[in-house]
Amino acid sequence: MSSTVDKVWATLEHLTDPEIPVVTLRELGILREVREGADGLEVVITPTYSGCPAMGQIEDDVRACLEQAGIGARVITQLAPAWTTDWMSDEAKEKLRKYGIAPPHHTPKDVSVVKFVRRAPAEPVACPLCGSTETTVTSQFGSTACKALYKCLSCQEPFDYFKPY
Amino acid sequence: MSTPIDYLLHLADNAVVLGQRNAEWCGHGPILEEDLALANVSLDLIGQARLLYQRAAEMMGGDATEDKLAYFRDAHQFRNYTLLELPHHGPLVGYAAADRDYATTIVRNFLYSALMVLVWDKLQQSKDAGLAAIAAKSLKEASYHLHHSRDWLVRLGDGTEESHARVQAAVNHLMPYTEEFWTTSPAEGSAVAAGVGIDVWALRPDWDAMVNEALEEATLTRPNFHGYVTEGKIGLHSEHLSYLLGEMQTLARAHPNATW
Ligand SMILES: [Zn+2]
Repeated sequence: MSSTVDKVWATLEHLTDPEIPVVTLRELGILREVREGADGLEVVITPTYSGCPAMGQIEDDVRACLEQAGIGARVITQLAPAWTTDWMSDEAKEKLRKYGIAPPHHTPKDVSVVKFVRRAPAEPVACPLCGSTETTVTSQFGSTACKALYKCLSCQEPFDYFKPY
Repeated sequence: MSTPIDYLLHLADNAVVLGQRNAEWCGHGPILEEDLALANVSLDLIGQARLLYQRAAEMMGGDATEDKLAYFRDAHQFRNYTLLELPHHGPLVGYAAADRDYATTIVRNFLYSALMVLVWDKLQQSKDAGLAAIAAKSLKEASYHLHHSRDWLVRLGDGTEESHARVQAAVNHLMPYTEEFWTTSPAEGSAVAAGVGIDVWALRPDWDAMVNEALEEATLTRPNFHGYVTEGKIGLHSEHLSYLLGEMQTLARAHPNATW
């Protein structure tokens, strides 16, 4: 039985994020689980931001990939536990950096909501191009909801920062 | 544990109505970065509304769908706060028109997201596991909305004479509408009794602290409140909601079941 599950993982391994094609759905933590359900195989995906327009595309990609491989499996969207950028592997974060996107810091832990909101900006975001931490935020929302727009004060280049979620 | 449908609709309608309002800036933002920011905030809000409508439709059963709830209910069936349906400018006489005012947009988003970080935080412990899951996601998004609007509140308030005057006028105009946050609607009452909703009144000290602190940093004054408390969340709306829905619903009603 587990060999079937392994086969599904292997089949879906090459699927990447439609907007960030250097990282796979597994590395991003969107592809959560492959399991034997009561009615057959189930592939579990979890949405990133509630309104992420890429989710429809991602679900279609997973379905098409399974179909092409002749695998009959249901695709299930599951909200809990809520997706977090903390699920991203170090390897995936390195790929993001090389692609020109500053990878997310860890989300703050054990901070009450009110305090979190009041807190000054946390650790500096390093420029993915020159590594300088002399950077400044241009806008908290960039090309997509998951990214903020930054500018490097050392090399002057603008860049995206994948926000902790 | 099942949540009263009206409670889910209250949360969903809040998100969809503000999402639609903010989206009016798409292509018209005061600067490119803010155009993108508001569009992204709208995407989050409409995404939250979809999850909540899906949950409500699932509980209603029959032929209920998220689209029917969003596009085929009329103004009196909407359960959003009146604050969220107001246009992006101050009050005017009936026949007057005004340009959109970004200070009004920022103040509204600030007042609402300061409430919602508290609401979603508490709803993570709802006995309705489906609602708790939506709350956990929405909290992360609302925190970013609050950061964004609070930053701009301070920049505009502590900015130029013109920006200070406009953002103070927006605070004076909108603050009275927040009184609606603290009354208890029948849907909220039964959600609390069932252990699935939260008692908003208990959130007020934290909300006041957040708002007062931000206003102070922005060199703005909080107006004293006295007067009428709006009742959008029980379906009694201002004249503005029907116009907003007219625009939002026209395509779905003109071409039912259209796909592309
Ligand atoms: Zn640099």
